[in-house]
Amino acid sequence: MSNIPADLKYTESHEWVRVDGDVATIGITDHAQSELGDVVYVDLPTVGKSLAIGETFGSVESVKTVSDLYAPVAGEVIEVNGELASASELVNSDPYGQGFMIKIRLSGDVPGTLLDAAGYGAVAH
Amino acid sequence: MRQTTVPEPKLIFEKSRAGRVGCNLPKCDTPAVDLSSILGETRVDLHLPEIAELDLLRHFTNLSHINYGIETGFYPLGSCTMKYNPKINETTARMTGFANLHPLQPVETIPGALEILHGVQSILCQVTGFDYITLQPLAGAHGEMTCLMLVRAYFESRGEGQKRKIVLVPDSAHGTNPASAARCGYDVKSIPTDAEGNTNLAVLTQVLEEIGDQVAALMLTNPSTLGLFEPNIEKICKMIHDAGGQVFCDGANMNAMVGTTRPGDHGFDCMHLNLHKTFSTPHGGGGPGCGAIGLQKHLEPFLPKPVIRTESGKIIADEDRPHSIGRVAGFYGQFLMEVRAYTYLMAYGKENMHRISKFAVLNANYVRARLKEVLPPAHDRPCMHECILTAEKYKKEKGVRALDISKRLIDYGFHPATNYFPLIVPECFMIEPTETENKETLDEFCDALIAICHEAETDPSLLHNAPSTKIVGRLDETLAVKQLDVRWIPGAENKEYTRLRQAIS
Repeated sequence: MSNIPADLKYTESHEWVRVDGDVATIGITDHAQSELGDVVYVDLPTVGKSLAIGETFGSVESVKTVSDLYAPVAGEVIEVNGELASASELVNSDPYGQGFMIKIRLSGDVPGTLLDAAGYGAVAH
Repeated sequence: MRQTTVPEPKLIFEKSRAGRVGCNLPKCDTPAVDLSSILGETRVDLHLPEIAELDLLRHFTNLSHINYGIETGFYPLGSCTMKYNPKINETTARMTGFANLHPLQPVETIPGALEILHGVQSILCQVTGFDYITLQPLAGAHGEMTCLMLVRAYFESRGEGQKRKIVLVPDSAHGTNPASAARCGYDVKSIPTDAEGNTNLAVLTQVLEEIGDQVAALMLTNPSTLGLFEPNIEKICKMIHDAGGQVFCDGANMNAMVGTTRPGDHGFDCMHLNLHKTFSTPHGGGGPGCGAIGLQKHLEPFLPKPVIRTESGKIIADEDRPHSIGRVAGFYGQFLMEVRAYTYLMAYGKENMHRISKFAVLNANYVRARLKEVLPPAHDRPCMHECILTAEKYKKEKGVRALDISKRLIDYGFHPATNYFPLIVPECFMIEPTETENKETLDEFCDALIAICHEAETDPSLLHNAPSTKIVGRLDETLAVKQLDVRWIPGAENKEYTRLRQAIS
């Protein structure tokens, strides 16, 4: 059974969001990394890019497939996880910590359509 | 502990000894040239192997013994149609009149070659139900792209080129479909599959209501990559046509339909064929791939040129095509592959062609039925030429993935099935037996898979550690992708090489 921390919000496309003030940290879930298998490359946006909800902000490539990453919230990218360029395996080993993808400064409210841990648990069964 | 039945072969570079030669060249009778005086500094660290003829022969003969192919065993790779390519294809392709043609020979001097091309076109028109065929595309994805170029030219000719910029692609499609669309400058919109495995008509209806006037085409694989025939195919084609769009058929799965039903009759405007799948031209390592496309009359003005057609009883290569999208290949297709496809088509003949699809579908359904208890089908209905099964329960209960089952199949002497495609099926296991396998072979394969699934229940480590009977075990694919190193450098100073060797043993 995959790890679904209770304090995060989730999307049906398997991203997680941690909101701290007006900054949202975003990554992919433990379930997603488990389904993808070993991640070999993560393509991330440049700092300063503004993203709309649902917009593609990058992609994650594993030995199995390439999947797009979708922004769960709107705002401006203020940080990308540069570690992933040389250590993409962090997405597998620590998806909710060192394997995060980007940080966004929120331009609006966090959408109410995001799932809580129980809701996401039903998606990632 | 790995049981090795074959000693690990050395690389030809490791067998190299300075000064050893495979053949003696005559003494140079022209003045020697110092290359570095012309080219500047030249590389001296190439380490090309130096080896005697017999050692070379043994090296490659021994490697060939550990190779696996359709001629050594069953090859159930799904979505690939790894059927047997009859040897008579090779006989005809090697006839000197074909094999010795020069690519730049004047077209007036090759009436026989034109007749072959025209013959393949005519038969494929009958097989697919399309008005025209061109054999120019060099592979499947090239055929897809050529079809979309025709669609684009068609809309441009009607002044709708700027308006229609969206291509719809189901979420079960081969990755080449969205790639071809993007390459032709289209935006791709994904259409989901419904619970029965069909195109989701409710979503399609809604999408067409919203953006129907911007849709250039729908790219649909039929039977779908789920191995299912799309029952609403005529309705879907009509929906797209009513919105003013075109419908492209991805012909990757044509083996399920040959001689039985025709995409041209279903409402499609164009399609591509993989001659290297359906019509037995070589495949995999033995290619090259060979595409062909079929199209309805309204797309004909835009055909790539030259167009092989008859004019007053004579077959010509028509270059006078003012609306043509131009050439899509430097020469006309893969000519010797067309000779092989022609041989195959003529060997079956019109009367027997339906046996291809019927036996392909029968074999897939037989495998599906025999494996139902251990690997349930993703959709509980008869499949077409391939069956899509799921190993989800072994992953949940025993931590055994579809990949582990496939790796264990290698120990049982079979080529693995396709895993993890289509992406929408969890722990997907895709088996395409093709029509050229007999019941005994299918039974041996199913017995092996049933035994492996039993092992998954009782001793999952057997699967996690598979393959254990081959010269290499489980490769570290991640390391191979991230640190691709295909150059051999002699000696122990090559630490990366040593590390990789250790990683795979």
